[in-house]
Amino acid sequence: MDAVEQGLRRVIGDGNEPDRRVEGLDDDALLELHRSLVLLRTYDERSVVYHRQGRIGTYAIYRGHEAIQAGLVHALEPRDWIFPSYRDSAIGLLRGLPAATVLQWWRGHPSGWWNPEDVNVASICVPIATQVPHAAGLAWGLALKGSDAVAAVLFGDGATSEGAFHEGANIAAVVKAPLVLVCNNNQWAISTPLSAQTAAARLADKAVGYGMPGLRVDGHDVLSVYEAVREGVARARAGEGPTFVEAVTYRSAPHATADDPSLYIDPDRVAAEQERDCVALYEAYLTRLGLLDDARIDSVREEALATMRAAIQAAEDEAPPDPELVFSHAYANPPASLAQDLEELRRVHA
Amino acid sequence: MSATAVATRELLLVEAVNDALHVELARDDSVMVLGEDVGRLGGVFRATSGLRDAFGANRCVDTPLSEAGILGAAVGLCMAGWRPVVEMQYDAFSYPCLDQLINHVGRYRWRTGGTMAFPLVVRMPYGGGVRAPELHDDSPETYYVHTPGVKVAVPATPADAKGLLAAAIRDPDPVVVLEPKLVYRTARGAVPEGEHVVELGRARVAREGSDVTLVAWGAMVGVCERAADALAAQVSAEVLDLRTLKPLDEESLLASVRKTGKCVVVQEAPRTCGFASEVAALLAERAILDLHGPVLRVTGYDVPYPYWQLEDWYMPSVERVVDAVQRVLAF
Repeated sequence: MDAVEQGLRRVIGDGNEPDRRVEGLDDDALLELHRSLVLLRTYDERSVVYHRQGRIGTYAIYRGHEAIQAGLVHALEPRDWIFPSYRDSAIGLLRGLPAATVLQWWRGHPSGWWNPEDVNVASICVPIATQVPHAAGLAWGLALKGSDAVAAVLFGDGATSEGAFHEGANIAAVVKAPLVLVCNNNQWAISTPLSAQTAAARLADKAVGYGMPGLRVDGHDVLSVYEAVREGVARARAGEGPTFVEAVTYRSAPHATADDPSLYIDPDRVAAEQERDCVALYEAYLTRLGLLDDARIDSVREEALATMRAAIQAAEDEAPPDPELVFSHAYANPPASLAQDLEELRRVHA
Repeated sequence: MSATAVATRELLLVEAVNDALHVELARDDSVMVLGEDVGRLGGVFRATSGLRDAFGANRCVDTPLSEAGILGAAVGLCMAGWRPVVEMQYDAFSYPCLDQLINHVGRYRWRTGGTMAFPLVVRMPYGGGVRAPELHDDSPETYYVHTPGVKVAVPATPADAKGLLAAAIRDPDPVVVLEPKLVYRTARGAVPEGEHVVELGRARVAREGSDVTLVAWGAMVGVCERAADALAAQVSAEVLDLRTLKPLDEESLLASVRKTGKCVVVQEAPRTCGFASEVAALLAERAILDLHGPVLRVTGYDVPYPYWQLEDWYMPSVERVVDAVQRVLAF
């Protein structure tokens, strides 16, 4: 299998095609996926509010991309690694990372640090695409040590223009790293549209150049993301190397809380995309299956809201960071000059 | 010779690098070497010769031409429990990897609150004077020293090339090791056999003297020694080989200048904000009352490293070092 998928794979019916069931996903698993979607959505919605209230700093909104994040996580085993971009800042919640930790990251508090090995989720990567070679190296390194764990890396459409994407994808393919590269093609990089980012007809076509298969799915459809990532994971675990998954969606929210999309985006298109919201789409699917009703939706939302209320409270209750943390953790074995600097800080601010 | 004397072998500097890699890969099976042409060829300077045969293609890996990708992959390899030793084929070829070095190598440990270790090494031949095409001649140490979270070592002798590289490989932090390619095959010396570690952060008095301190690292140590020879009839020059730029052995530097009261710092890199500037600033802050004259810098110029028919006019020469010493003595 090394062809590129030409169409846009869907599991949830779009009016023309009927709903499908994903093999191996039972009703409980489908409902767990719903809880994940709602938790991510609630984190994002509350974060925008917290930002407006001055309780967190600048925040990169991911509304509409929860299907890609949750579909990916559910297609992995807990031993598998996730390398998020900054737009996937809260993905670790699906691995048990406390929401307060991620809130602290956005509050600029060092307790926003986490140990990636606790949850097999790498640190939030701020520079674009530079996490792709990390994921390639980790996946390769685990395979060399005889592990059957795999890695998945998330990045946006703009990232495919970066050298780091190319170098990471190429190395992963050459060493047959057990890696799934998941491109969130939301068609915007801040204000730059996809047409100004690439002349390629499909981002998945790039996979051909690396000698790996390219899959294309509807990024609004959590089950199509799940299914495609699961295929990539199966290839990776079988030692067949990396897979590129293009999840096509649309950024219907601002890039971040400091952005003004009215300067560059067509509001009618945004409104049309919001009609196909990934959470609503999945809830309608589960409702058609008879698995979900309004009462359950409300209880899942309330549970997520309670999580967020407790998380922001915990974050705000935490003491301000110790100034001496400025000097901590950059080195395991720091140069003596840092101790001199710390002494100066203590003396001046005593 | 005492019974505890360490057995040594006479090796060229590049052979000492190779020896260190063989010893460290044998000692610790999580150490792996990766880079362009390091395996089948053994590196363009043969620094990694024999490793692929001895340890297999998975521990001495020929990578694609991909400096940033190699270093980025090394970050991930650390997360998987490896200790990668990355070769950059030449000094200036390392610039694409600055993205990974600055954004991740120097920050990832900090970013995880100190919970994950990134014990990788980036080693590369550096420096000019080798009659090479453009961008095979640079001295990029300042970029690396300026990057928080990263340490930098620059050996000048075969024994230090082995010992500092071994220390770098065993160090829990990322270390960049710059190897003076000018003397890869001219510096020859006794190198301890087997395990040999030179602790990072310890300068070496290459020559004792009392009138002036010549501070250098890498290939400029030899230039300073020759300048000291040239001056020997009139001046007793101490040559201090820093060996590690970060952590810097401030005590040895201050002790030498306290003794001599005069200091000339010699570097190949362009002058502005080069490491010589850091040495001069440190002496201004910490040794002002010990100094009997200005700290002078002898450096490359603030221009691109020239085409090689001009390079001898760019590289700090014995004559320029002698001139600087005479100026500071006449101050």
